[in-house]
Amino acid sequence: MPAFDLAIIGAGIVGCACALEAARAGLRVVIVERGVVGGGTTAAGMGHVVVMDDSPAQLALTAYSRSLWRTLAPQLPADVEYESRGTLWIAADDEEMTEVFSKQATYARAGITSQVLDPRGLAEAEPYLRSGLAGALLVPDDGVLYPPVAAEYFLSEARRLGAVLLPGHEVGRCGKGRIQFTNGASIEAERILLASGANIDLLPSLPIQKRKGHLLITDRYPGVVSHQLVELGYLKSAHKLTADSVAFNIQPRLTGQLLIGSSRQYGDDSREINHAILRSMLERAIEYMPCLKGLSGIRVWTGHRAATADKLPLIGPTADPTLFLAMGFEGLGITNAPGAAVLAVDALLGRASAIDAAPYLPSRIQQEAVHA
Amino acid sequence: MKPMDVLVVGAGPAGLAAATAASRNGCRVAVLDDNPAAGGQIWRADITRPHHEDAARSAAIAAFHTSGAALLPGRRIVDVRSPSTLLAEAGGHFETYRWDRLILGTGARERFLPFPGWTLPGVFGAGGLQALVKGGYSVSGKRIVVAGTGPLLLAVAAHLREYGASTITVAEQASALQILPFAVSLMRSPGKLLQGAGYRKALGDTPYQTGCWPISAQGDEELRSVTLTDGKRTWTIECDLLACGFHLAPNTELAQLLGCTLQEGFVRVDTQQQTSVPNIYCAGEPTGIAGVDAAQVQGEIAGLAAADCNPIPTSLLARRAKEAAFGRRLTHAFRLRPEVLKLASQETIVCRCEDVTFGQLQTRSNWTDAKLHTRCGMGPCQGRICGAATEALFGWQPTSVRAPLFPVPVAAFCDETSSLNAPSAR
Ligand SMILES: Cc1cc2nc3c(=O)[nH]c(=O)nc-3n(C[C@H](O)[C@H](O)[C@H](O)COP(=O)(O)OP(=O)(O)OC[C@H]3O[C@@H](n4cnc5c(N)ncnc54)[C@H](O)[C@@H]3O)c2cc1C
Ligand SMILES: Cc1cc2nc3c(=O)[nH]c(=O)nc-3n(C[C@H](O)[C@H](O)[C@H](O)COP(=O)(O)OP(=O)(O)OC[C@H]3O[C@@H](n4cnc5c(N)ncnc54)[C@H](O)[C@@H]3O)c2cc1C
Repeated sequence: MPAFDLAIIGAGIVGCACALEAARAGLRVVIVERGVVGGGTTAAGMGHVVVMDDSPAQLALTAYSRSLWRTLAPQLPADVEYESRGTLWIAADDEEMTEVFSKQATYARAGITSQVLDPRGLAEAEPYLRSGLAGALLVPDDGVLYPPVAAEYFLSEARRLGAVLLPGHEVGRCGKGRIQFTNGASIEAERILLASGANIDLLPSLPIQKRKGHLLITDRYPGVVSHQLVELGYLKSAHKLTADSVAFNIQPRLTGQLLIGSSRQYGDDSREINHAILRSMLERAIEYMPCLKGLSGIRVWTGHRAATADKLPLIGPTADPTLFLAMGFEGLGITNAPGAAVLAVDALLGRASAIDAAPYLPSRIQQEAVHA
Repeated sequence: MKPMDVLVVGAGPAGLAAATAASRNGCRVAVLDDNPAAGGQIWRADITRPHHEDAARSAAIAAFHTSGAALLPGRRIVDVRSPSTLLAEAGGHFETYRWDRLILGTGARERFLPFPGWTLPGVFGAGGLQALVKGGYSVSGKRIVVAGTGPLLLAVAAHLREYGASTITVAEQASALQILPFAVSLMRSPGKLLQGAGYRKALGDTPYQTGCWPISAQGDEELRSVTLTDGKRTWTIECDLLACGFHLAPNTELAQLLGCTLQEGFVRVDTQQQTSVPNIYCAGEPTGIAGVDAAQVQGEIAGLAAADCNPIPTSLLARRAKEAAFGRRLTHAFRLRPEVLKLASQETIVCRCEDVTFGQLQTRSNWTDAKLHTRCGMGPCQGRICGAATEALFGWQPTSVRAPLFPVPVAAFCDETSSLNAPSAR
């Protein structure tokens, strides 16, 4: 009999959250990581815990996951830097303002609190935004956190429950209850959960594309920004599946630093900074908040989101009965990690789930392909 | 034929010598430096004594000016734009510089090692305090302890005394036994011996205590005293300032960003001073800490090689070999004793930008791990200060280097002109 019930590939925030959930369910877990815990896309992302309503299934998973984060919040160590900052969805004009109202209605139906701000209310909430904006939707219960430490927190809790971390091990092949490392070694487990983020080398047929993003972090400017600020135009740009896009998206860190984003690009697997994209991203940010111009930017980096065609993750079984997936989280893997972990372990154990798991099943993609 | 465009980064002894040699040999040369004037660390202009001239400095700067090379001060290289274009920040906007041959003379910085109290106001880097004094900061009448390691301590103490400070002591962690062979070897370099003797004389009655190092600094709001030890005895000295540095660490970030290979922490160069990347040369401290004479001769060779003046005169190669040997003796003489790597307590801050303590770092496995999980090295200095310390303390090699190399105003990313060697490669 294999020594482990479950081997998880990838110690990003998703793999770590799954390790904890599985260990809680009494499984003997090993988690393997080629690099540093939380050092993949988890280290490159923003850490905005946000309810999103692109589709009913996305709303269901983000709302469920956010509720899990909120329950967890009081227990999180201080260095996870979890703060219930709230999101401000900013409307630039009347057209976007109608979106504010329909978004509020959608959120209300899902039991998500939100509040419409008029231009004055918005200026009071965020005095450094440019004048002339149409208003905003405030979602007060959204949060922000520091992702790599959150990942490590999940992992350390899992290890307390007996999970084993195998660091510095790159998986070269996996399937049929067996993991083969590039160093020649191998391990066996009843089940394997692939949580390798945007890396699909182990299963190249997976319908996941890398979607590159840029971020800039500033020096400390406490008090300049209080909420996570996102332009509503972001919805338009995040929807687009083809063209490169930028959007105003800014996050205040506990340290007073500001993270400025965001950009989305397909077809660029490199880590290199794309100066044209960076420039239009920052121009967009300055358009909304002119004072950003003078702030000192200390670092720029890029990361790759794991994008699927319907913007929903792949959680659940595959054709290989030993192999399960928890991947394809695009720009929401930090938010969705706790919810996805519960769904993944539900699938492993054949448990019923708190929300309908069907929209995230990997099999939906093959079905579509058959229909097409 | 169109003249070759040679770009030199750093206007210290290495960069100036490189630019002079390349310019004299038909290249179009521009030198970029983030300071307002040429000179680098050792020849930094002294605003309080504009007419006081150091002969070596005057000679190098005069030769540079007559060579026809252009100096572009106040420009800091922050990124690489294309394989043959650098990005500089100047006064809040970006400029791009294209090159055919690039010479890196980016120098070194001081290395700090954490000990309890080292972050108190009143504790300065030794070279940092010297630079402040040259910028007009008054130390007259101040009681100063100079401590750490390296020949820089003597130079700084002599300088501070000249400016009216009362230098109480110079505490050098290396033992007399360790330094002696080095001092004896100076007999072979009369110039250096004279310089050393000059410092010693300028120090007057200030004791030079070898085998002696700081273990803590005390004070509430400001520094009040420093505790020193020789391993057997400890004693506390009241003072106003502590000038402290543990030798130098090379500025290799730009070379790394350009993809140049490092070897044991220094930029690897061949006999022509060429790095692992063709057409990129490196001279001075990034290739090894060996002092101003080594920097100058390496710079001259790099300048000649960049101008395709081959072969390099054997006299220059011989001088370089001699200075390299001096550098090795220097490194050996001032190697860190194990005790100075154990001064920090659990609560001692190691990364000042992010307030990360020694205790927090102890459980991490490498630099990336430490950065991600404690934010060590993630602040405005981007690990320039704590990176050298954690390398010494834990043996961590800094991993990737990321742009911008120095903090820049956000607006600069949106405001870019191409300069000088236009058209820039786009
Ligand atoms: C610019 C940007 C901003 C973002 N902002 C947000 C945000 O505000 N909110 C939000 O919710 N999400 C955000 N995201 C998305 C979020 O960061 C990701 O969805 C999330 O980090 C994915 O986590 P993961 O564990 O799936 O992947 P990863 O963190 O990439 O983890 C996968 C791990 O698997 C390891 N691995 C891969 N292959 C192998 C192998 N063969 N062998 C061993 N180990 C392997 C990797 O080393 C890595 O550590 C953002 C993403 C980007 C790029
Ligand atoms: C703080 C300090 C004080 C020193 N004081 C003395 C002393 O008093 N006596 C003594 O004998 N030796 C001193 N030294 C040692 C001395 O600097 C070296 O021995 C030698 O002269 C170095 O020459 P260099 O040309 O290699 O570098 P440097 O003289 O350091 O010149 C490098 C230049 O490049 C610039 N630069 C670096 N990166 C960039 C960039 N990205 N963009 C633009 N410009 C850049 C730097 O600002 C600097 O002006 C000191 C060193 C330091 C670090």
